[in-house]
Amino acid sequence: MKRLRIFLWVLVAVVGGLFVLFGYQLTQPKDEFIQSAMVGEPLPDFDLRPAIDTMPGLSKADLADGKPRLVNIFASWCLPCRAEAPQLETLRAAGADIVGIAIRDRPEDVAMFLQLYGNPFTAIGADDISQVQLELGSSGVPETFVIDGNGVITYQHIGDIRPEHVQTILYQLREAGA
Amino acid sequence: MRRLLLVTALVLSSPMPLAAQDSLPPAPYAYQQLDDPELEAKATDLMHTLRCLKCQSQSIADSDAPMAGDMRHQVRTRIAAGESPAEVRQWLVDRYGEYVSYQPRVTASTWPLFVAPLLVLLLAAFILRGRLVKRKEPGK
Repeated sequence: MKRLRIFLWVLVAVVGGLFVLFGYQLTQPKDEFIQSAMVGEPLPDFDLRPAIDTMPGLSKADLADGKPRLVNIFASWCLPCRAEAPQLETLRAAGADIVGIAIRDRPEDVAMFLQLYGNPFTAIGADDISQVQLELGSSGVPETFVIDGNGVITYQHIGDIRPEHVQTILYQLREAGA
Repeated sequence: MRRLLLVTALVLSSPMPLAAQDSLPPAPYAYQQLDDPELEAKATDLMHTLRCLKCQSQSIADSDAPMAGDMRHQVRTRIAAGESPAEVRQWLVDRYGEYVSYQPRVTASTWPLFVAPLLVLLLAAFILRGRLVKRKEPGK
């Protein structure tokens, strides 16, 4: 009888513990960000045509020339990309070399986007079937990667860059050797 | 009502469409099946067990998101090029982690899920044995 009583109390404790666990998990903020597993890995081989006529496209070789850069994954049809435009301009003014990859975009739409929200880029490649985006382990727009001078991915920022993120990204760029 | 009108006016006067939708056609093999039915069956089976990254509770076979279409294109072209489904799955897991796959694997963090049912079965067998043996005793 005593053993049964102990067993029942253990059961109550286990179930109680489960509820505490559920309560804890339910009060945690939801995290829908999917981190790229490519951070720390070299860039995949790619060679993208220019997204607009007046600027160069983007290939892996462009990103392995010794200079660390920011690669900004964006699209003209992406609303948060407009919101982060001023922050990209701040980063450019602080000396960052920013190249873009335009996802599923038409040249005229990219040109219009740059005209309206500014052009912080030194080159923009067009990724029409999200191939390079998938290669990078990026799951949406906008995302920003820090690439060191050897073409290795050292940092991933998911979502639009807000003013409070600028310092972190500059720091990561310096860490990459800028 | 006035606020609604204002919002509608703002949306209509926006210089570009507000909907977050791209204007490019889907990737060639997003909605196009492979010619070889055997390869297509392989690709389809795989697509049902890969997570859509845009609509995270759907598989890429279920989703109409442009990115899911682009992922289906990758799966079909890679299968058509002779890669095995396991290789294609690994290619995605290398980029997005196990999260992208709906097929659970035994890893350092998932092994309790596989071991727990066995432990419960063992415990049940142990308790049952205790009871059955006890019940036999008076008859001895």
